[in-house]
Amino acid sequence: MSSDAKTAASYEEGLQGASDKVAEFQEQKTALKRLQHWLHMTPSAVPMIVLVAAIVVFGLLSPNFFKAVTLSTILQQIAIVGILGCAQSLVVLTAGIDLSVGAIAVFSSVLMGQFTFRYGIPAPLAIALGLAAGTAMGFANGWLVARIKLPPFIVTLGTWQIILAANYIYSANETIRSSAIAAEAPALQFWGYSIQPGGVKILYAVFLMVALVALLAYVLRHTAWGRHVYAVGDDPEAAELAGVRTKRVLIQVYVLAGLFCAIAGWVMIGRFGSVSPSASTGQLGNIQSITAVVIGGISLFGGRGSIVGMFFGALIVGVFEMGLKMVGTDPQWTFFLIGLLIILAVAVDQWIRKASA
Amino acid sequence: MDQKGIGMTANISGEPLLKARGLVKRYGKVTALDHCDFDLLPGEILAVIGDNGAGKSSLIKALSGAVQPDEGEIALEGKPVRFANPLDARGYGIECVYQTLAMSPALSIADNMFMGRELRKPGIMGQWFRKLDRPAMEKFAREKLTELGLMTIQNINQAVETLSGGQRQGVAVARAAAFGSKVVILDEPTAALGVKESRRVLELIRDVRSRGIPIILISHNMPHVFEVADRIHIHRLGRRLCVIRPDDYSMSDAVAFMTGAKLPEEAATAA
Repeated sequence: MSSDAKTAASYEEGLQGASDKVAEFQEQKTALKRLQHWLHMTPSAVPMIVLVAAIVVFGLLSPNFFKAVTLSTILQQIAIVGILGCAQSLVVLTAGIDLSVGAIAVFSSVLMGQFTFRYGIPAPLAIALGLAAGTAMGFANGWLVARIKLPPFIVTLGTWQIILAANYIYSANETIRSSAIAAEAPALQFWGYSIQPGGVKILYAVFLMVALVALLAYVLRHTAWGRHVYAVGDDPEAAELAGVRTKRVLIQVYVLAGLFCAIAGWVMIGRFGSVSPSASTGQLGNIQSITAVVIGGISLFGGRGSIVGMFFGALIVGVFEMGLKMVGTDPQWTFFLIGLLIILAVAVDQWIRKASA
Repeated sequence: MDQKGIGMTANISGEPLLKARGLVKRYGKVTALDHCDFDLLPGEILAVIGDNGAGKSSLIKALSGAVQPDEGEIALEGKPVRFANPLDARGYGIECVYQTLAMSPALSIADNMFMGRELRKPGIMGQWFRKLDRPAMEKFAREKLTELGLMTIQNINQAVETLSGGQRQGVAVARAAAFGSKVVILDEPTAALGVKESRRVLELIRDVRSRGIPIILISHNMPHVFEVADRIHIHRLGRRLCVIRPDDYSMSDAVAFMTGAKLPEEAATAA
């Protein structure tokens, strides 16, 4: 062995007298490069910049924009999308997509209403059952994705239709009127109540949305489970080898998304007053939440982005809608600009990703 | 070459710490493991060499829980064990550095080192709010990396994707060395490293052994294998061909065995 080892290591003798310095990098970083790096580290910075810019521009264009009423109205209008966006963010972080968020929300709200009015179940219990039903729908999504290994797009494209159809069949397309709910089961409308400090109406729903965003931000950033969600979205095989139960995490993510959607369903009753199986959220909720997520800088390829970014994304949409309305343009401009923003957001995401290469 | 001299064969004896018998793993029509046997003695460095496609990776994946063999059994310290996933194997103190390194590029070095065994804050914050103890994790990670002396990393919070290939490998090796309490498995740990860094990894391997932990080293680098290994397991066509001692054979013999150019005379007795 000795002769072998000698020849083996002899080339290393060349190391004697070699510099002990480990590679040092003194890159001549341009301002642009540094910006790229900073954005890479703080993914919610881009939507925040856009949001601030939008607020400033609309504030200059319309003198009424900076009123507290305007801002509270914007928050009120994004409450449902914000909560659906929480659900969507979780799923997108695992490199999935959930097209069924709106459908789960609507069906859950219909179940809460019908349980109360059709079967006479006390409202709080009906709400709990509705939340459980939404969670179960999320579990179905997660099970199909993680265990049967179907692509999330296909799974949720299917469950979106199934849940929405079940919703119409079960409810016989009956709307429960707002006045009836207010009289008999006010708990259903809980999130529609508000506090009015100084005459500015702030819905409970807004507080709920902010609380849920804060909660998710904490969980994703500061708990092991949150880190695992990112790891699963980043590179599932590596995560599995490194000791993450990837399937379990995936199912938990969809289950939690289902619960958030059901909460959004409960909030819908408060916001709209009535329980309607044909609420537009069923058809548009998924697109609106994906828009917030994408504009918020969460990567559709998974593993990158933050929930706070999604919140900014939802706010940007709200600010654009309100601002353009106040400036008095054709409402189609809103969609025109939102479309531009989506493409821009993804382009920026791709550019930021290059910082690591 | 005296590094090997002191205390190297001291505690290599007795029953195998990790033993496998008749492992079979089929992928469709391909048989990656064909009734493969394996023995790791306490306190030794066992190198596993073999041609491409000989089934080395399948073997260590079976031993680390990443793959479940179709047949055969594995015993750790004489007791039969079954690993349903890598977490199971880790629970028994078996750590593995995979060729792919198994790291999440967007997460930090500390996050990666503690993936699946995160530390939580003491007290209410950890118990009820399950808050991670970041400072403790970062301190530990920094210590381990310094111990390895592999790199000067300015920021323990930097994402793994911003590291060079060698640094990434260093983090993966540090992770396994830090947490392996029974067996450390290294799959091509020096493949992406320079001469100096390879030397550090070889020293680290000896270091781990001096703590009494046996190591399974998979490598194509014959000089490294012959330098550090106590025994060499030669893998061929999905099974163990023979086990040799580096003192008894030359590198070219070993290469001849693993490519089938020559047959070891003691193949029958060793296997």
